[in-house]
Amino acid sequence: MSTRRVVITGMGWVTPLGDDVDQVWQRLLRAQCAVQPVTRFDAGTFATNFAAQSQVPDLATVLGPDAARAHAHAGTSSRFALAAAQRAWNQAGLDPLPKSSRERMGIYLGAGEGTLDFDNYVAANLAGWDAANARVDDAAWARAAQERLTLHTEIEQEPNVTLSHLAHRFGCRGPAFNCMTACAASTQAVGEAFEIIKRGDADLMFAGGTHTMIHPLGMTGFIRLTAMSKRNDSPNTAARPFDSTRDGFVMGEGAGIIVLESLEHALARGATPLCEVAGFGSSADAFRITDIQPEGKGAIAAMAQACRQAGIDPREPGPDGRPQVHYISAHGTGTQENDRIESIAVKGLFGPLAQKVPFSSVKSMLGHLIQAAGAVELITCVQAIRTGWLPPTINLHHPDPNCDLDYVPNQARDVNAQGGVEVCLSNSFGFGGQNDTICVRRWRA
Amino acid sequence: MKRRVVITGVGCITSLGVGIEPTWSGLVAGRSGLQRSTRIAPGAFACSLAGEVREFTARDFVPKSYRKATKVMAKDTELAVAAAHLAVKDAGIVTREHAEGGGATPTYPPGRVGCHIGAGLIAAETDELSSALASSCGGEGTSDNAGGFSLRRWGTGGDSSGGMNNLPPLWMLKYLPNMLACHVTIIHGAEGPSNTLTCAEASGLLCAGESARVIERGAADICFAGSAESKLNHMGFLRQGLAGRLADTGDSDDASSVMRPYDAASKGTVLGEAAGILILEEAASAKARGRTPYATLLGFGAAHSGGAGLAILPDGSPNDGLVLAIERALNDAGVSADQIDAIVPQACGVPVTDAAEAGALRDVFGERLALIPLVTLAPMIGECAAGNGGVHLGVAAMCMREQTLPARLHAGKPAPGLAADASPTRQAPLRHVLVCSGSLGGQNAALVLGRAAS
Repeated sequence: MSTRRVVITGMGWVTPLGDDVDQVWQRLLRAQCAVQPVTRFDAGTFATNFAAQSQVPDLATVLGPDAARAHAHAGTSSRFALAAAQRAWNQAGLDPLPKSSRERMGIYLGAGEGTLDFDNYVAANLAGWDAANARVDDAAWARAAQERLTLHTEIEQEPNVTLSHLAHRFGCRGPAFNCMTACAASTQAVGEAFEIIKRGDADLMFAGGTHTMIHPLGMTGFIRLTAMSKRNDSPNTAARPFDSTRDGFVMGEGAGIIVLESLEHALARGATPLCEVAGFGSSADAFRITDIQPEGKGAIAAMAQACRQAGIDPREPGPDGRPQVHYISAHGTGTQENDRIESIAVKGLFGPLAQKVPFSSVKSMLGHLIQAAGAVELITCVQAIRTGWLPPTINLHHPDPNCDLDYVPNQARDVNAQGGVEVCLSNSFGFGGQNDTICVRRWRA
Repeated sequence: MKRRVVITGVGCITSLGVGIEPTWSGLVAGRSGLQRSTRIAPGAFACSLAGEVREFTARDFVPKSYRKATKVMAKDTELAVAAAHLAVKDAGIVTREHAEGGGATPTYPPGRVGCHIGAGLIAAETDELSSALASSCGGEGTSDNAGGFSLRRWGTGGDSSGGMNNLPPLWMLKYLPNMLACHVTIIHGAEGPSNTLTCAEASGLLCAGESARVIERGAADICFAGSAESKLNHMGFLRQGLAGRLADTGDSDDASSVMRPYDAASKGTVLGEAAGILILEEAASAKARGRTPYATLLGFGAAHSGGAGLAILPDGSPNDGLVLAIERALNDAGVSADQIDAIVPQACGVPVTDAAEAGALRDVFGERLALIPLVTLAPMIGECAAGNGGVHLGVAAMCMREQTLPARLHAGKPAPGLAADASPTRQAPLRHVLVCSGSLGGQNAALVLGRAAS
């Protein structure tokens, strides 16, 4: 079995607080919140009418005018991904990458479906609706749809098309995958990409995710599930993970993409690793499609596997007396159920040390980027390692007896005096019981 | 030493029948499951034929306590759940589904059971959605661009009069692609590594490859692996039609006359729906419980296509990504191109896609390609999109076990140098079979199977 080490050499994101990694990081440390009323469409009468929107990148600026033309049809979610990947590529210093390396560079994304061509889609559905017989008239539907919907707009909604955009832009010919494991997708994508490099099927991988569900039917789906906060009168304080008054998550959108590389390949080309990926854990609750296993069994299994792979015993303090994990980026959605059970899981894994592991949710500031959430949160873990600062959970003012851990409430924390941040876990859990955890560690030769 | 992976169970549901046995006997008999569409009224789209799974009720394939959950399953999920049940039965293992009423202990601990199922985007049921949308027309906020629809009436502040309230609360959950794997993991108590890959036609093979890797690295001992999809709905026909893939069938009821793999005169493809879920198992564990596998999974390779454009839609030039995927799978298997005895390709009957595939196969196999039988399944079960991979792999496993090549239907003339013309079922010594596919989107996957005893 190969023991290749895997490092992160580049990172890029598009988030509701901006698209420059360092700048957004500073905003997170200042506890800024990006949540506001939805402007992308008229959500005025929706039970939840606010979200954390990201600015859609101008590809001509990010990629250059020629490349922007090649990707002219790219949908919002592919645009997020192209911009994030370009920044990761630049930071990794990959230009010019020889053809032999491009053949060994793969892509593993947790990209979501693209945005519906809403007006035209709705119009076709209405034209096809035979109200008298309460059924769809197939011929009328087909006629209207073929008239209004176009090839590129439809194809761009397929979730694997973001891969095509990245492969074309960067010439990647390695293994390419897209996973859709709901809110766990981009953490899973990074984890699976890590395994692919470790086993030697590729030397480099783009890994991460991209998604937007800030469109009428996306918001509708979550409103019907009663999963989102309804604090329309106070969007900025609506995302309140671990607070006893939390009433659901707040929708976000964007992308997080990193360059993963075998240590050998990175060092051979003189790149500086930003940090090392030390472990990955993945499990299924196998419980219910709507509920989380109440003891957090699946979450514990994912975190435990990631720790085991990293050679960390969660119940043993390190030589400095601190737990060996210095920060956990919570899934921390702000739903009653998730935050309670995720806290139970952390206690289940770390035992008496759990109170001493800082554990915060940047979803309180960025919203929930759904399939892109995990990769964006992983980047915040790398930033914590690089800077020795922990991002806060904001809007946490009413303690919940079921959530009694150290959530880094309301203010960022400087832990450099305590020895900084060496090891982080990043958690993502998806509908249907998918659990994924990545462990990252400061890179040391 | 590398842990070896074998196939010990196959569950396939196609338009030829519910199960690998009826599917296989249909293939061997040279029968096509493609008929006039009943799901979409013939004539609505240019293609009036379809490979529909008929006489199928998901409730018959789930434990009694889980029947209620079939109400929130889309067709894709129903097919996957039933195929997984059939695969478990075929593999002779006990899972949580047998636990009802104090059944036997599962063969494997839940944490050692993985699940990788490929899926497509699941289309919202048009009847349900259109009816809800129609309730929100007119009045304040009406949009002419959206056919008179009003977002204001759709929302209505969350009180019960809003149009969106006509959708059931779990509406969205029915259509998440990971629901195929979720229901399977819940029913069978599979708590190990799990994933849902959405790379169109390459999804199922990518999933089998990932399952194999999970078993090889010791993260699980057994996995559900495969894929399912049904595009026999409005959006499926629409998008495949816009992509120029669907055959204009006219009045023809004979699919093999319009869909002719590798024939430049093929009119395009005909859609099917299918599920293929396999049980992949660590070889020593399978042996320990006395199972003779169908085949050994020897090698896996994946790659992305390049070319001048975005590689989303093929242009007919050889698919370089497929070449790389096949070469990687051969290399991983330690098998040379000369040792491949048969190939199960995508062979969908869309001329540009077939040309890109044939070009790649020529690059890998050279002139010997003319001597390697191609197992072309689309004329019999249709182009099943993400459903292809699991079914193609299941059929390849049957070919290995039975040492038989099923009949090929073809009403025209495939391009020269390809063994793809009409032919009857025949016995054949098969030591190594390649299963491979590109995708609408540019992802490619290849798997090499070897004899179980090899």
